[in-house]
Order: sequence, then structure tokens, then C-alpha cells
Amino acid sequence: MTEQLIMLALILIKLVLVFAVVLSMAAYLVLAERKLLARMQLRYGPNRAGPGGMIQPLADVIKLLTKEDFIPATADRGLFLLAPGLSALTALLTFAVIPFGPTLELFGQKLPMVVCDLNIGLLYFLALSSLAGYGLALGGWASNSKYSLLGSIRGLSQLISYELAMGLSVVPVVMMAKSFSLTDIVMAQAQIPFALLNPPAFLIFLISIFAESKRTPFDLPEAENELVAGFHTEYSGMRFGLFFVGEYINMVILSSMLTVLFLGGWHGPWLPGIAWFMIKVLAICFLFIWVRGSLPRLRYDQLMNFGWKVLMPLALLNVLITGACLLGMG
Amino acid sequence: MPLLRDIKGFFPPFWITLRNMFRKPVTVQYPEQKPELPERYRARLVLTRDPDGEERCVACHLCSGACPVDCISMQAAEADNGRRYAAWFRINFTRCIFCGLCTEACPTLAIQVTSDFELSGRDPLKLVYEKEDLLVDHCGKNVEYSFYRQTGIGVAAPRGGNPNESAPVDVKDLLP
Repeated sequence: MTEQLIMLALILIKLVLVFAVVLSMAAYLVLAERKLLARMQLRYGPNRAGPGGMIQPLADVIKLLTKEDFIPATADRGLFLLAPGLSALTALLTFAVIPFGPTLELFGQKLPMVVCDLNIGLLYFLALSSLAGYGLALGGWASNSKYSLLGSIRGLSQLISYELAMGLSVVPVVMMAKSFSLTDIVMAQAQIPFALLNPPAFLIFLISIFAESKRTPFDLPEAENELVAGFHTEYSGMRFGLFFVGEYINMVILSSMLTVLFLGGWHGPWLPGIAWFMIKVLAICFLFIWVRGSLPRLRYDQLMNFGWKVLMPLALLNVLITGACLLGMG
Repeated sequence: MPLLRDIKGFFPPFWITLRNMFRKPVTVQYPEQKPELPERYRARLVLTRDPDGEERCVACHLCSGACPVDCISMQAAEADNGRRYAAWFRINFTRCIFCGLCTEACPTLAIQVTSDFELSGRDPLKLVYEKEDLLVDHCGKNVEYSFYRQTGIGVAAPRGGNPNESAPVDVKDLLP
């Protein structure tokens, strides 16, 4: 009985920790992005709130919470209220299956460093990432504004262009690891990460997660200089904040997915597993910000062309070649 | 080969942004760090006095006529000795664009520009300067100039008593 109680307590502590870490990472990612982007553009970025702007996220949250929560008169009320929550929730839920460290031994209990080790973890991730599209589509539709609608139409057409390639690019990983469980996939990379074993799949997945995160060069649904703010034009206050937080949590999640699927998860010399995982995730987050500072936005049709005519055939070919190699090696 | 060109063009932006990250930002951190303005930068307006310590302004309305943003307003009045002055004189510095056209229009060199540019505040009404706020205790850049001593009007001194001025002509000495 006590064993079960200890187990329950440990799981609860783990959950709280995971929540706290992911949310504060998302908050400070906003600050990091603003500061890094500013430095890339020879500016300082936020440096007024606290030493070096370190409590800027707190100031932002207070600002967002105290702002008026405006709902347009012609909006579809129910859907309008639902959409931002859906966007943030799907982002948060995805973290459940991501293993962020090797199994820990505490009080004679084996504590896996993953909230829930689903045996179909990868499918769960793909499903939730598609579900996140609803937040965007419903938000744009319910706002009853042309900019929002255009943003969500773009978002959906973007979704169908990259998601096939993304799904196909993880097929070789599953074939090499012989499992859908993310923990098993990390275990299979103990010697050599899949990014080195299968670079094309890694590159396709990398490009796809840039599209999935709706950031430059694929930030078509938001496109602030064409569509005001795209699908969240009509949102204000904390509802906008939820979309915003969702986007940054998504960034953390996608970086973690890339780490887990291709960069060997927590494996690495000298340092403890969790430290390696964090280093890899933060490095990819930096890549996200770096790309945003460097590349312009693609055009709508360019993205569709790229997704359907380049990425998808490449991903398909890659699946075939990987399959043939694996078959040849036995 | 457009594809080759595209691939080639993909990498330089990353190098440029990375290099910029390690360079010093060009931002001037204003309240702590003052910008270096040109020597002859001019902004805030003042009303100067003539060498006798009297107000130079004669309330002719030429400055408010010249002002492109209509930020100057006044009301004219006349003293017992024939000296014109502004009953009230108001410059709205929330609208002033520091163009200096008023100083060019001013016939008495009363309104002049200074190098003080730090006009900001939370209450816009505090930036509406009245005559008391605008008047200064010196002659500005024209130390010797006194309008009433140059125009031949017998206000500062009786007619003919000012420098470079002859006595009034006796119009009747031409009569037979």
C-alpha cells in the first residue's frame, strides 16, 4: 500500500515539474526570442522589466490578463471561446508521451522520465498535431473576419501540404527502431542517432516541424504584414495569450520531438541524460529563432508546391530506400 | 541553374544574422545615454527680451501665421506708451514640430529657438506653455537689437532720438 502511495506521490511531483518546466520554458522562450532577434537586428530587445528584462514574461502575463477580453458582435461565440483553449491544450497534451530522461531509481521504485509511455506514442503525437489545426481553423472561422478566415484557410492548406511529408519522414524511424513507443525509439539510438543514419528523413522532418510550428519561413496563417495577425486577428487579452503560449509550447514540443526521433534523446557522453535532452531542445529552439531572423516568408503556392512536389516524393523515396536497406541487412 | 542558385542563396542570411548577433547594437539607450545631436540642432522656442529688459514681442501674429501646425496663439494688446504686447501668448509643444518658421517670420526677433529638445511628459496639457513659461531673461542671439529703437516710432525714445535716425522733417518749411 505504501509503495503505491509513494508511486502516486512521485508521479504527481513529476507531473507538476513537467508542467512547470514546460510552461516556464515557453514563457522564457518568448523573451529569448525577442532578445535574440533584437541582437540579430542590432537592437537590445526588452531590457526594462527587471535586470536585463528578466521579468518581462511576468509583465506580459499581467498585461494580457488585465486587458479587455473582446468578442466581436458577429463572432460565433461558442467556437470563438473554444478555439484558443484547444490550441493551448493540444500543445500541452503532446508533452505527455515525450521521454526526457533515462529511468530513475527513487526509494526502490523505478520512475520512468516520461509522463505516459504509450506504445503508440508517435501516432499520439501525429494525431494531436493534426488536432491543433482545429484551434487555428475554428479560431479563424468563428471570428467572422476576412483576415482571420484567410489565415485559417492558409493554415489548413499548409497543414495538408506538410503533414503527409512529416508522417512519411517518421516512417523510416519506426522501421529502424521497430517500435512506435518514443522511449523505445530513444533506446534504439543509444549508439548512433538516426539523424546520422538517415539524414534525408531528418531534413524532411526538420522542414516539416518549421511548417507545423507556423513560424517563418512558413508563418502564412499569421503573416502579420499581409493579414494583420491572421487567424488570431480578432482575439485580445488572455485568449490571444493562449494562442501565443500554445505556439511557444508547440515550439518546445516540436524541438523535443526532433530530439527524441532523430538526435538520440537523452543519450550523450559525460553529462546526465536530462541535461543532454535540455541542451538539444534548447539548441533546436535557437535554430527556430535563428531561422526566423534570417529567412523571409514563402508564398502560399510556393509552400504547397514544395510540400507536394518536393518533400512528399522525397519522403516516399526515402521510405522505400530505407526499407530496402533494412531488408538487405536482415 | 535556378535550383543551384536557390541553394546557394539559402546560406548567406544565416551567416549575416549570426555575425550581427555578436556586434554591438546601435540602439541609443535614451534616458541614460544621451544622443549626440548636431551642434546647430534647435528645438524648444523661447520669447526673448530687448536690451532694456522689455518684451520684444509686439503680438503681430506673423509667427502663428507662419506656423504649419498652428501651435502658436496669442492676443494683442497695447500699453499706454504705445508699446504693443501679447496679452497672452501660448505655444502648444505637443504639436510643435521644431521647424523654426516662426523665428524666420518674427520681425522683432522675439521668438527664438534653443537647443533643448527634451519635451515629454505624461500629461499633454503640461506641454502647453504660457507666456510666463516662454519668456526668458536675456536677449537670445541678438544682444544689441531693440525693435522700437530701429523703427522710428517714438516709444523707447522720442522720434529722432534713436541711433541712425535724423530728426523729423518740418513739413511746413517748404511753404512760401
